[in-house]
Amino acid sequence: MFQETVSILHSAQVAENVYTLEFVSERIAHATLPGQFLNLKPDDSFDPLLRRAYSVHRIREDRIEVIFNVVGKGSRILAAKEPGDPLDVMGPLGVPFHYEGEYGTAILVSGGVGIAPMPILGDRLLALGKSVVNIHGARTAGMIANDGRLTNPIFATDDGSLGFHGNVVGALDAWLHDHGASNVRLFACGPNRMLGALGEYCNARGLPLEVSLECQMACGIGICQGCPVEMATGNRKYTLVCTHGPNYDINDIVLDSIPSVH
Amino acid sequence: MPGCIVVRFLASFPIRQSQRHSSLVASTEITIRNVTFKNPVLTASGTFGYGLECESFVDVAELGAVVTKSISRKPRDGNPPQRICETTGGMLNSIGLANVGVDVFLSSKLPLLRERNATVVVNIAASSVEEYCYVLERCEEHEGIAGYEINVSCPNVKDGGLNFGTHCPSVAQITRELRGRTSKMLAMKLTPNVTSIAEFARACEGEGADAVSCVNTFVGMAVDIHTRRPKIATITGGYSGPAIKPMALAKVYEVRKAVNIPIIGIGGIMNAADAIEFLVVGATLVQVGTALFVDPAAGTAIARGIETYLSEHGMASVRELIGSLDTSMQPSLIAAGWG
Ligand SMILES: Cc1cc2nc3c(=O)[nH]c(=O)nc-3n(C[C@H](O)[C@H](O)[C@H](O)COP(=O)(O)OP(=O)(O)OC[C@H]3O[C@@H](n4cnc5c(N)ncnc54)[C@H](O)[C@@H]3O)c2cc1C
Ligand SMILES: Cc1cc2nc3c(=O)[nH]c(=O)nc-3n(C[C@H](O)[C@H](O)[C@H](O)COP(=O)(O)O)c2cc1C
Ligand code: FES
Repeated sequence: MFQETVSILHSAQVAENVYTLEFVSERIAHATLPGQFLNLKPDDSFDPLLRRAYSVHRIREDRIEVIFNVVGKGSRILAAKEPGDPLDVMGPLGVPFHYEGEYGTAILVSGGVGIAPMPILGDRLLALGKSVVNIHGARTAGMIANDGRLTNPIFATDDGSLGFHGNVVGALDAWLHDHGASNVRLFACGPNRMLGALGEYCNARGLPLEVSLECQMACGIGICQGCPVEMATGNRKYTLVCTHGPNYDINDIVLDSIPSVH
Repeated sequence: MPGCIVVRFLASFPIRQSQRHSSLVASTEITIRNVTFKNPVLTASGTFGYGLECESFVDVAELGAVVTKSISRKPRDGNPPQRICETTGGMLNSIGLANVGVDVFLSSKLPLLRERNATVVVNIAASSVEEYCYVLERCEEHEGIAGYEINVSCPNVKDGGLNFGTHCPSVAQITRELRGRTSKMLAMKLTPNVTSIAEFARACEGEGADAVSCVNTFVGMAVDIHTRRPKIATITGGYSGPAIKPMALAKVYEVRKAVNIPIIGIGGIMNAADAIEFLVVGATLVQVGTALFVDPAAGTAIARGIETYLSEHGMASVRELIGSLDTSMQPSLIAAGWG
């Protein structure tokens, strides 16, 4: 875990309300594993006050990329960053995806900006010799950065403007129908409603699913107790998403215990 | 100030060009009862975990002290989510005193803090006088605790002390009972959510407290206008961060005029300048809370900033700063209010 002020290398809008920032940090790049996140300080004012959590999207050598939606004042400031601007970064934070193990194919399911952790995860899985398929959904084609950042992508749009006409669960069902469901493991990130529907689908078929959660955080490092999610297993009532998560087996947590942020 | 002496200390810091007295070495040590704090900056309870989570960012031995998360007799799960939300220049929390309980604290957290040479102040929360006494007595059985801060002021749990904290005879009783059970530093942490915080501070002083910590969080609230729901699960919560600093300073000022025991100033301290304001108004020590969520090393940075200020202003000791507020130029203080 490091804290350093980096300099923005590259910033871009890559789809409708989807932005990326790229910067260099040798230490953070080398320490980060798929599914971990960074805590970014939008600027040095007290408004916004707290850091904002962003999954690591891609790492290429020492370059780190995040991808995000503008939803409020913090992300608006981040989207306006230009090359050369300083950025205070803390990370890597959280426990990575549990991607080791005996399975052949990893299915990476993402909705909207839930695409964030998938490229770094896909790269790692390919290096481990797994087959990788990405199923990525959005409301419309314009909201998808269809530029090669996902390995083997299958797109799903609510309006049918790109790929499968429907949601990611429908697209997943079609894929499994064609390719079979043996020896697969699923990783997902996206809105809680999507994760819930996916959980039901996977549980009905006995498919292992790990989800990456979002919840409001004050510190991101386990010192405020502000980010609990209810546990469905074990003897503790809550788990802290920042230090024990954000990646969990869907059956270990009570998804509905996370209040929707907006 | 009774019970409060200063020990000279040769602080090492780079001497800057701009210094007026370049040969001066400022003392930052503060002693309260039998605890010597190497500098006046402590971490605030509940904002630095158990002092062990941020090892990669900060050497806890460099802090004046680590004040632990409130410790209760039994482990507490805390309140349901949503526990926090950001507001303009601050935040609300309703953590609900989630903590590991005194047994786990003593067996697995305290030894690690000792290994790291931290000065440890244990913050205690309870829902009865007996529980406060029990937790303190358990702590008394262990080495390595410098003193206690008693949370009689958590706004977030029904049984978290605020019912005590807003009832002066209860605060007095808790102070008396605990004073009788320890010879270590005893600081009572007061709530600002009362009409006269001075009255509570006087009661603590009268019962033998060594210090009062001012302040815990202010009661606050925020609403999501899209859902028309409160933004935190307990509807109201504790308001902290830079936005509360002027209110916290005013409370410290009020208490300063009322008691002679040291005050630990808390509320919205983000940098050395903020901390110095509290010292000038009359705080002997300060605590840094919400700032640690943004920068876990803020405590040590603020301590260094105070040293630099002292040397730049030709002060030999932080004591020269404490209570040095100059009100001589103010127009009649008893004028017809300030509205
Ligand atoms: C582990 C983790 C990883 C994340 N990764 C990404 C990512 O890769 N890309 C991306 O676009 N977003 C991601 N998010 C969500 C992102 O943190 C929020 O969109 C962002 O904090 C919004 O800040 P704001 O100031 O623009 O919004 P505001 O609404 O102004 O923020 C107000 C407060 O609410 C918090 N908040 C608002 N929305 C969310 C949210 N969805 N999740 C958590 N906190 C929120 C903010 O941090 C802030 O404290 C992630 C969240 C977590 C917890
Ligand atoms: C998330 C959070 C948790 C807190 N937990 C405690 C606690 O357990 N015990 C306590 O005495 N004060 C607790 N406090 C209050 C702080 O110690 C401090 O008094 C208050 O936050 C004001 O200081 P600040 O503005 O610097 O944060 C907590 C504050 C926050 C923000
Ligand atoms: S965000 Fe502070 S403990 Fe998780």
